[in-house]
Amino acid sequence: MVTIDMEQPEGRKEALRRMLTIRLFDETAEKRFLDGDIPGFVHPYIGEEAVAVGAIGALEPDDYITSTHRGHGHCLAKGLDPERMMAELYGKREGYCKGKGGSMHIADVDAGMLGANGIVGAGPPLATGAAFSIQYDDRDQVALAFCGDGGIAQGQVHEAINMAATWDLPVVYVVENNQYGEGTPVEKQHNVENLSDTAHAYDIPGFTIDGMDVTAVYEAVAEARDRADAGDGPTLIEAKTYRYRGHFVGDEEEYRTDDEVERWQREDDPIETFKQRLVDRDELTDEEFEQLREEIATAVDEAVEHAREAPTPEPDEAYEDMFAEPAPEIQHFAAQFRADGGERGDDR
Amino acid sequence: MTAHAELETEATDRMTVREAINQALREELERDEDVFVMGEDVGVMGGVLGVTDGLLEEFGEKRIVDSPISEAGLAGLGTGAAATGTRPVIEIMFSDFLGVAAEQIINQMAKMRYMFGGKIEMPVTVRTTEGGGMGAASQHSGTIHTWIAHFPGLKAVAPGTPAAAKGLLKSSIRSNDPVFFFENKMIYEDSGEVPVDEEFTIPIGEASVERTGDDVTVVATQRLVGESLGVADDLEGDVDVEVIDLRSLYPLDTDTIVSSLEKTGRLVVADESPLSYGTHAEIATRAMEEGFFSLDAPVQRVGTPDTHIPFSPPLEEEVLPSGADVENAINRIV
Repeated sequence: MVTIDMEQPEGRKEALRRMLTIRLFDETAEKRFLDGDIPGFVHPYIGEEAVAVGAIGALEPDDYITSTHRGHGHCLAKGLDPERMMAELYGKREGYCKGKGGSMHIADVDAGMLGANGIVGAGPPLATGAAFSIQYDDRDQVALAFCGDGGIAQGQVHEAINMAATWDLPVVYVVENNQYGEGTPVEKQHNVENLSDTAHAYDIPGFTIDGMDVTAVYEAVAEARDRADAGDGPTLIEAKTYRYRGHFVGDEEEYRTDDEVERWQREDDPIETFKQRLVDRDELTDEEFEQLREEIATAVDEAVEHAREAPTPEPDEAYEDMFAEPAPEIQHFAAQFRADGGERGDDR
Repeated sequence: MTAHAELETEATDRMTVREAINQALREELERDEDVFVMGEDVGVMGGVLGVTDGLLEEFGEKRIVDSPISEAGLAGLGTGAAATGTRPVIEIMFSDFLGVAAEQIINQMAKMRYMFGGKIEMPVTVRTTEGGGMGAASQHSGTIHTWIAHFPGLKAVAPGTPAAAKGLLKSSIRSNDPVFFFENKMIYEDSGEVPVDEEFTIPIGEASVERTGDDVTVVATQRLVGESLGVADDLEGDVDVEVIDLRSLYPLDTDTIVSSLEKTGRLVVADESPLSYGTHAEIATRAMEEGFFSLDAPVQRVGTPDTHIPFSPPLEEEVLPSGADVENAINRIV
């Protein structure tokens, strides 16, 4: 189940568990990337956990989401299996995309996860399309698009929100303002103080909320989901949050100071503050929290071990999955490519 | 079996390319509730070139949707909708505007199936118009199908006859892959016999021999199919010209081209797109790879000489390939 009932202690504990899972998964992915185990890029979600967990916690299990290139948190909050996610990061066949997507493109349509996305601002048009299908078939679902503060500067995002607003489509747009679009501060990329101000242009509700507070995110998205589900159209929510790490693992972060990062971590950490709230309400003890941390750390380590040992795809699998119906070219060219019997050698 | 062969055995009606496309849309909308048509002015106006005329009255606003002027939004909406259970037919008014929508087309629509490890279907059709001849100048006259045919993950078709237009559009809509359906705007008024059977479809990836001949093969697309057939008539008695309507740009029917080449030994490729690095080069290369020893003369290309389409009529006429260019190409090699 994806839905988290934040009114209940068990729901709150589940929210904490999911945030902690995201944190430990990405800390581990970061280490394994630096070890040279994981190819490509890794864009950690560390620091932003409250946004994914609060937003997706307010959805029903069969609602759709679209994600960003910083998508691990969205996947885990949507209930995807860390083992198959890690296998995808390692480029293994058992991964969600059979090793064809990697960190930036994990998708599981069966879970309503329409893909992490390597293109900034590409998700909102897809979510608008999913919302169109929902309205067309009169289904009891909504679509939610995550988009960064960088993404909201893309023209296609405007088109997507405008269409959804015009047609009252059941969709929620969540802008994760983590203060930096790649290496440029948000205030150097936008003239408005709150990115939700743009909602006025579409005559839809727009809110800016504390994205470090999982409860605040949950409540805002729950309200927006109700509105979408009732046929009243989209909502634009800006969640102000903070990216603890660089844009990608290896980013030297010359655009900000260590002091700034430490201040956010010290004063506003979404996991620490929420945990403390639960402790203060006698819903959790420090010992229970440590136990939870150990359980999750063990599961993530097991996912890494499994991913490492999982079989790699066979080279021929590169030619599969292009089309539902045949295009003879692919098999023809693939055969010709190796027609001399040569194998891909170490000299390449 | 080709559409040409089917025409001999099935009941047909005479209609224009425009009517054939309209009929294909109507039949597929009737057949499948998941199909909807969305685009700029496709509803009340009936399409800027009249192709979707009457559909709004018959199917209503839910299924014939006038969209904002937002090509990227349209392409993205079509992609997201196709991924979640509907079967969109998106109209991009002029193919030049595919440039506006390129991100959603090349990075989302084309790649999602592959990047998701095959665990998604992408049943979206994009209809768009191509070609010069209307004095519409460079931003409304392009023939850009090579872009799409070149890009992995997309299929592209470009009919040259009313029957091909109907049969291919129905196949495109029924396909679970993204298919781009390129309509040359100068042949909307061309008429021909079209099968009336609602199950009449033409497989994507199958060319049609529209006229048989022994001396030279002309592989043509869109407007140049009709023009090449006219040239073949004019040359009858002197040169025996075989004319193939390529119909599908990707996948490409190499077998039909090579079989014809094996018979005639000579090949002309006539397609309105720019001549460099494109559709002509692909067909010529496949002919060379698969039929090298059948070639008795160099392959000839007829297309637009790498210019944009200018506005002034004498300039437009200068750059657009015509039947006369096909005839000259034939004469160079026979």
